[in-house]
Amino acid sequence: MIAVKAFDAIVIGGGGAGLRAALALGDAGKKIAVISKVFPTRSHTVAAQGGINAALGNVQHDDDWRYHFYDTVLGSDFLGDQDAIEYMCKEAPRTIIELEHMGLPFSRDENGKIYQRAFGGQSRFFGKEPVKRTCAAADRTGHALLHTLYQQNVAKRTQFFNEWFVLDLVKNQHGAVVGVSAIDIVSGELCYFMARQTVLATGGAGRIYHSSTNAYICTGDGLAMAWRAGICLQDMEMWQFHPTGLYGSGILISEGTRGEGGRLLNSQGDYYMTKYSSMADLACRDIVARSSMEEIIHGRGCGPKKDHVLLDIRELSEETIAQKLPGITEISKIYAGIDPKQDPIPVVPTVHYLMGGIPTTPYGEVINHKNGKDEIVPGLFAAGECACVSVHGANRLGANSLLDIVVFGRAVGQRIQEVDNASQVQEASRTDIEAAFSAYYEMEERTEGDAFVSFREPMQRLMQDDFGVYREEEKMQKGLGSLQELRQNFHKSAYYKDKSSVFNTSRIEAFEMRNLLDVAVSTAQSALTRKESRGAHSRVDYPKRDDQNWLCHSIVHYDGGFEKRMVNNSPKEVEPVALKERH
Amino acid sequence: MQINIQRFDPDKDENPYMKTYTVDTSAFHGVMLLDALEYIKTALDDSLAIRRSCGGGVCGSDGMNVNGKNGLACQTLLKELPEKVTIYPMPGMPVIRDLVVDMSQFYQHYDSVEPYLQSDTSDLEAEQLQSEEDRAKLDGLYECIMCGCCTSACPSSWWNPDKFVGPQGLLTAARFVLDSRDDKRDERLENLSDKYRLYRCRGIFNCTNVCPKGLNPTAAIAELRVQQSEGYNEL
Ligand SMILES: Cc1cc2nc3c(=O)[nH]c(=O)nc-3n(C[C@H](O)[C@H](O)[C@H](O)COP(=O)(O)OP(=O)(O)OC[C@H]3O[C@@H](n4cnc5c(N)ncnc54)[C@H](O)[C@@H]3O)c2cc1C
Repeated sequence: MIAVKAFDAIVIGGGGAGLRAALALGDAGKKIAVISKVFPTRSHTVAAQGGINAALGNVQHDDDWRYHFYDTVLGSDFLGDQDAIEYMCKEAPRTIIELEHMGLPFSRDENGKIYQRAFGGQSRFFGKEPVKRTCAAADRTGHALLHTLYQQNVAKRTQFFNEWFVLDLVKNQHGAVVGVSAIDIVSGELCYFMARQTVLATGGAGRIYHSSTNAYICTGDGLAMAWRAGICLQDMEMWQFHPTGLYGSGILISEGTRGEGGRLLNSQGDYYMTKYSSMADLACRDIVARSSMEEIIHGRGCGPKKDHVLLDIRELSEETIAQKLPGITEISKIYAGIDPKQDPIPVVPTVHYLMGGIPTTPYGEVINHKNGKDEIVPGLFAAGECACVSVHGANRLGANSLLDIVVFGRAVGQRIQEVDNASQVQEASRTDIEAAFSAYYEMEERTEGDAFVSFREPMQRLMQDDFGVYREEEKMQKGLGSLQELRQNFHKSAYYKDKSSVFNTSRIEAFEMRNLLDVAVSTAQSALTRKESRGAHSRVDYPKRDDQNWLCHSIVHYDGGFEKRMVNNSPKEVEPVALKERH
Repeated sequence: MQINIQRFDPDKDENPYMKTYTVDTSAFHGVMLLDALEYIKTALDDSLAIRRSCGGGVCGSDGMNVNGKNGLACQTLLKELPEKVTIYPMPGMPVIRDLVVDMSQFYQHYDSVEPYLQSDTSDLEAEQLQSEEDRAKLDGLYECIMCGCCTSACPSSWWNPDKFVGPQGLLTAARFVLDSRDDKRDERLENLSDKYRLYRCRGIFNCTNVCPKGLNPTAAIAELRVQQSEGYNEL
């Protein structure tokens, strides 16, 4: 028996994007529900450390959102949409002040203003001077932000369905999304959540890789759901490798560490970043990650296997470490067994963030790009890491994601207020609803085959080996083939033994695995097709950026189809940033 | 290494029972207890239920009772554990299945302290200023990850689970009472003024001893009492 619960709008995800959208929808008086597979404060936003960008000018008074705009476009290697970037950067200062009023415990400077630190790729006067633009709550900004947004939802009495897992989108015969199929993790009960508007805010998918800074739960569920429902995905080859994942566990060591003065070191004792970029350790992440890989490839890596580098903060003052980087100290002690005041921290470029995702307008409406045309998908919105607005293009600037999730989470809520019409009945037939549960029934009934977990390791290895920092045709071709085969086999034979109803984590992980495989295949398809190097996508066989042929988004369809989509170059108030080389 | 885990599936089992897993720690990658539990789930017994998310000690999902002490599995080093490890779900909370407990009451207590900033400021265009000293008062309070280790270790919470707010909720109350931007100090203190909500704490530091973030709820509770005794306008 499938229960039905009806709402005006549902938000899938209780991370920063989902919670901010929920507040905006609540303000609009909509009957809404937030559905999350974990209790909201356990969402991965909680792990963000370094901060959130806004040209508040608390440190350098002449900072301006237009500089932030310029940095973000340049950082994106021109793959970001300039209208959306303009909107985000212009909204940033107001957004931070709004968060401050919500209670976010930002660190403060000596004037009692919000503390701002340096971060990668940030400048003043269009690239001329470094700037301190990243607003921070010590090195726990994500935690402070997520808890604050959750607290505001407690105040507003938002209705939550926590520990519910969404399986698939429900689409009706007119192509509109009319809710989702879901399972209550605690009881095993199935439910069709019926809604005129559905917001996907399901976060990232770093777990397609073997080593990642992402939580176990970052399994790309929303991306896969949309893709399976016939909606395209955009720029899926654009995976950011963070230069400083802790060697071994992959836990993140924030870029804020370098923002406060930390430097990368090789086995010969050289602070090598000065050699690679005029911004040295605060160059963009794609550049720093490649530089570290170069050091490792050329035998200057550290440790017995020479397979990582070191992050040195020994020269920072005790006070800076204690007040601005307490979390880093704690992580180093617990997870690497070292005290960073005494010893440098072992780090290695590690998968961190997906720039691509479900394409949307700057208001969060989901776009399906088919046969060269953009179509808005009725009833579906996306925000946060699962969405691709695109403000990050081919390389995200550190501390722009927390900004993205809050700005566009809010924008989605506001857009729904404008377009939602209660009299617009969105019917779903029995068949429509059943279609969204069919994979569930199929897996539930399968009692033998291959254990679903047996697909994890091979997928993660393939992604790590063939779609890493450096990529090349032949390996990717083979990798894609293997991934497709893996996915096919999964659909044919994957099963879970445990069929119990109460808190059956095995069942949930099996459906996460199904999603991971879809995301992995989409990444592989895009990466193989883009024959150039841009931002995070570096091909040894096509080492140059090719604006002639590839200054465009890559669009992949579930049936394997590929299309190019125009990048927006028309900000409203400022001149577009003209193409140039990045260093 | 021998890991004994209390198992219970309400659909199958009348009573909880212990199950022993022999784990070769060289068979998997990772150095934390959570890595061993993940290994058990993937290689030995897929029916074991646990909660986990970030794996890095910030999401607060994997609180459990390990050899008699509450803590996070993702922060418990295997090499610091003895050969024999016994794991129970966090005490004082109803078990849903295996190591997964029902935290509804814990969240209700959290909600009951109105855990959100309430400021009368009308100027919403500018940031509210807060001195570095005032901001420092929130250190040790705002970092709570709501794992429940403290409340679950507190006898006062066991005896009066419905009436005593518990260390987590009180730590949160202190976080807002001490925030220079908040204008509801009196209301917040009044909200804790009955015999139970705040005053059931016996100051035995169980909460502080188990907090995986090194926070000190007992001190926060003491601070609330000081504020109470300094007086506030009754409403
Ligand atoms: C370690 C780390 C540090 C970072 N530091 C920074 C930083 O300093 N600054 C910055 O700007 N960015 C940072 N980032 C990036 C940033 O934190 C994330 O991109 C961002 O928080 C994502 O937010 P979100 O709301 O989109 O998703 P998430 O916070 O991941 O939330 C996703 C939500 O969706 C729910 N969900 C997913 N699938 C389902 C399903 N099938 N059914 C039901 N619910 C589902 C989950 O339960 C969760 O509530 C960091 C990222 C990492 C990994």
